[in-house]
Amino acid sequence: MSFSLLSFGNTGYGDELFWGAVRTVEIAVFAYAFGISLGLCGAMGKLSGGRWIKNILEGYTTLVRAVPELVLILLLYYAGTDGLNKILMSIGFQPIVLNGLVAAVFVLGFVQGAYSTEVLRAAIQAVPIGQIEAAKAYGMSPFLRFRRIVLPAMLPYAIPGLANLWLNITKDSALISAVGFTELALATKQAAGVSKQYLMFYLVTAMIYLSITLFSNQIFGWLERRVRRGQQKLA
Amino acid sequence: MVWDWLPFYFPLLVHGLYITLLLLVFSVVIGFTLAIPVGLVQVTGPWPLRYLARGFCTFIRGTPLLIQIWLLYYGVGSIFPMIGLAFPTFKEHFMWLIRLDAFYYALLAFTLSFAGYEGEVMRGAFLGVPKGELEAARAFAMSPWKVLTRIWFPRAVRQVLPTLAGETISQLKSTPLAFTIPIMDLMGVTSRIRQDTFLTYEPLLFLAFVYICLTFLITRAFGYFENLVPTRR
Repeated sequence: MSFSLLSFGNTGYGDELFWGAVRTVEIAVFAYAFGISLGLCGAMGKLSGGRWIKNILEGYTTLVRAVPELVLILLLYYAGTDGLNKILMSIGFQPIVLNGLVAAVFVLGFVQGAYSTEVLRAAIQAVPIGQIEAAKAYGMSPFLRFRRIVLPAMLPYAIPGLANLWLNITKDSALISAVGFTELALATKQAAGVSKQYLMFYLVTAMIYLSITLFSNQIFGWLERRVRRGQQKLA
Repeated sequence: MVWDWLPFYFPLLVHGLYITLLLLVFSVVIGFTLAIPVGLVQVTGPWPLRYLARGFCTFIRGTPLLIQIWLLYYGVGSIFPMIGLAFPTFKEHFMWLIRLDAFYYALLAFTLSFAGYEGEVMRGAFLGVPKGELEAARAFAMSPWKVLTRIWFPRAVRQVLPTLAGETISQLKSTPLAFTIPIMDLMGVTSRIRQDTFLTYEPLLFLAFVYICLTFLITRAFGYFENLVPTRR
């Protein structure tokens, strides 16, 4: 083992790993935000949409959750970029090469959306119906009702599930390496392949992922205590 | 949509399915067996074992499975040839270790991963068994081993059974990762078909269809087993 390989600059791979980790966090943050927005729309649709919307959303969550993430990522990545270019060509534009980061965020977020739909739907359903009816009786508009009543009341139920989803997406972002986007996993693979120090590089990367996880656990623990303030302690 | 490749590659796909199922079944069975002590020592073990088990679970749950597979196959796998170069006697006796097939590395990675996730679940299940039942068992002068096999473990396993279906399906959905080290599982066969035929979606769509069927079958199978266990409602 030679730790000089981890130094920054031309001789070491420290900077490559560092930027890989930054890319990984970037993908995870954007995809998570995109996934939660999708999930919020999905949960709303599932709870209060018409029959067609409900059926479509049911198909979306069931299919996405039954197919392995890696397969979905490959499918959506190739189908998505290809479909986009076909649409662009049909309306008379030049085909474009999609930015790897944008594609990764879109694909992971789409997968994440299905999982967060279920988490948020369950959390919203856990809010006592009387509270929502009371808000309606006060004449609150749907948006105000959501902001003042549903959102604060559902967060204690949603945060543990959402924390799990965040941990999943930081780990699933490694799968993006399969379509050739250089984030932490692929950067490590390249560094290890060139230097032949496989064990050291993979251990270092595992530690980077682990520290992201442990750090996130602290944040989510704090967040959960905050949204639970004023509630009775669980057993 | 072009599907004429399907009859030609069908035998290969069946073999890929066999490898995938082999990985799934063995990793779930061995992994669950490992998860029992991992969960148990976190609840009642001496502190070195307790910290070891907790660290193991944290590591497995905190790092991507892809990195774990690469760490084992490329990382640990690269050590044995080096030892073989340094010590010729090691090379003589442990040639099988140096030439170990990628399949066994994948199996080890999946098994450890399942043990890590399920170990955490088992810890909760062991904690969830009512204290009074364990005290009653001890009051009957059962030995600790007997308490474990007659009361503690059966009660814990019953709590875990419903989550086991979900964990097995997650495990099934991670098996395609094995193709990143050269293994011809379903995913490996599919990516080879894609390289041979230059088709982008069709093989992947077929793969997704197979996985959906497998998920459905596993759900049904676990539902059947859960019905066999009597529950009082």
